Amino acid sequence: METPILRIDHLTVRYGNTCEYCRNGGALNKNTCPHCKTVWACNDVNVQLYEGEILGIVGESGSGKSTLMKSLYFDFDITEGQGYLQAYKNGQEDIFAQSLQQKKYIRNHIMGMVYQNPMLGLRMDYSSAGNIAEKLIAAGQRNFGAMNDRVAELLDAVEILQSRKKEPPKNFSGGMQQRVQISKALANNPAVLLLDEVTTGLDLSVQVKVLELIREIRQKFNVSMMLVSHDLAVIRMLADRTIVMLDGKIIEQGLTDQILDDPQQPYTQQLVHSLL
Amino acid sequence: MIDTKHYNFAFLDEGSKREIRRSILKAVAIPGYQVPFGSRELPIGRGWGTGGIQITLSIIGKEDVLKVIDQGSDESVNAVNIKKMVEECTGVEITTDSEKATIIQSRHRIPEIPMRNDQILVLQVPTPEPLRIVEPKESVTKQMHAEAEYSGMWLSLFEDLTLYDKISISSEYPTMVENRYIMNPSPIPRYDNRKLNDSETLYLFGAGREKKIYAIPPHTKVESLFFDDVPFETENFEGKSCRLCGATGVFLDEIVDEATGEKVYECNDTGFCKGRRDRQHGNTNFKN
Repeated sequence: METPILRIDHLTVRYGNTCEYCRNGGALNKNTCPHCKTVWACNDVNVQLYEGEILGIVGESGSGKSTLMKSLYFDFDITEGQGYLQAYKNGQEDIFAQSLQQKKYIRNHIMGMVYQNPMLGLRMDYSSAGNIAEKLIAAGQRNFGAMNDRVAELLDAVEILQSRKKEPPKNFSGGMQQRVQISKALANNPAVLLLDEVTTGLDLSVQVKVLELIREIRQKFNVSMMLVSHDLAVIRMLADRTIVMLDGKIIEQGLTDQILDDPQQPYTQQLVHSLL
Repeated sequence: MIDTKHYNFAFLDEGSKREIRRSILKAVAIPGYQVPFGSRELPIGRGWGTGGIQITLSIIGKEDVLKVIDQGSDESVNAVNIKKMVEECTGVEITTDSEKATIIQSRHRIPEIPMRNDQILVLQVPTPEPLRIVEPKESVTKQMHAEAEYSGMWLSLFEDLTLYDKISISSEYPTMVENRYIMNPSPIPRYDNRKLNDSETLYLFGAGREKKIYAIPPHTKVESLFFDDVPFETENFEGKSCRLCGATGVFLDEIVDEATGEKVYECNDTGFCKGRRDRQHGNTNFKN
């Protein structure tokens, strides 16, 4: 059986002190305990990501998709759970139990993240070249020429003209900002790329370009991706497998065609049938 | 009148001096680390060298000989006022001779002559935090130092090279102390950065307004940040000499001669220049 390059076991992120009721699995009001008001943003989530695949994550707002992604990128501290990356100590050590320095190493060398909001992933006043180089610098690169070469290569890969590398992302359109984010995320050849609603807020023609770019990148770099979207068309276009989240829990998972064509859970059925 | 009759020796009360000395000791023990201290009120405006003065007043003894320089000059308003104040409240000897001084308080320069291990150089610092240019919040820069997270600083150098094809920082060029802390060397020119490395003398840095003290003890490794393929460069005075004393290989001020419109150069360290001229004219009291 193939070993996943990323395995998440029992990931839980909660905000609040909990009470006996919610700790013992009592029914929650959406993701909130009716007694102590603890929010279970992610609740016992188990995920496997395999080499070269794109794993789609769908669900409504507040279902825990972005919490899962940001936890994986160590933007949030998790409450419980373990994570194992094949590219980190052969998947033998829990990434969430590592020191701050080791988490930084994982973040800078093994992971790449593209946020829904480019403001979170880019420095809007720095040049695009500088934004991409930041990831290289964070990974310990101190050769200016080598960094410049890599920046040029990445800008080519995301089809941004070299002549615009000195311009700050604030001068760019939303689609171009996302492309700069993608090139930054790819800078250190990450094993896993996390894409959090990367096409939200972009107009349709730009969305298509970004999605095609993601597909090309997968083919070119064989990078595994986790792709969060609430747009099922995006998921159908890109994802090999899909998980459906609701109220912090995974309620259904399987091959994307299977999920979208033959949904088993009432929420998934509702989601699929609510397509305009 | 700030004299020893109405005020404690060296103006500050003994408790204050002891507390500042404790902060200095901590700074010496952790080279490059910014130690917070309770900056005192002084009869001089914040930002006019109060950090340096508090250090000087805390470490000065009756036998010390003090030199104060401001941007290389012994006679600038700031230097003269500080000298006057310290002289009045301590009665110590004041000099313009860098060799004779046991404590040198300076702003913007390190003297041209090599400093000795029986001397202390006190530098006034306006903004002690080198990461301030990349991060405005103090709580965040503290965390960045704690984690040695200096990507932002390197990024600002990368950005300079990308946009201007050179690093445009002229003074306060960031340094790495003992491969641990990035430190602001105070607004000295890049030319002086190399004097911080493996020095014989103790450097103390005081920021009164920002309430921070830090230090470079003797023989500490201090490196100016540079990329593998872009070496650190200082100001270049090749082929230029001081029009007054003829010195070469020193930090020079560029002056435009109003009469001819021609660019001329003079030693920035006026004490050093005067010493050379005195020696040239047979006055050997001055050792430079």
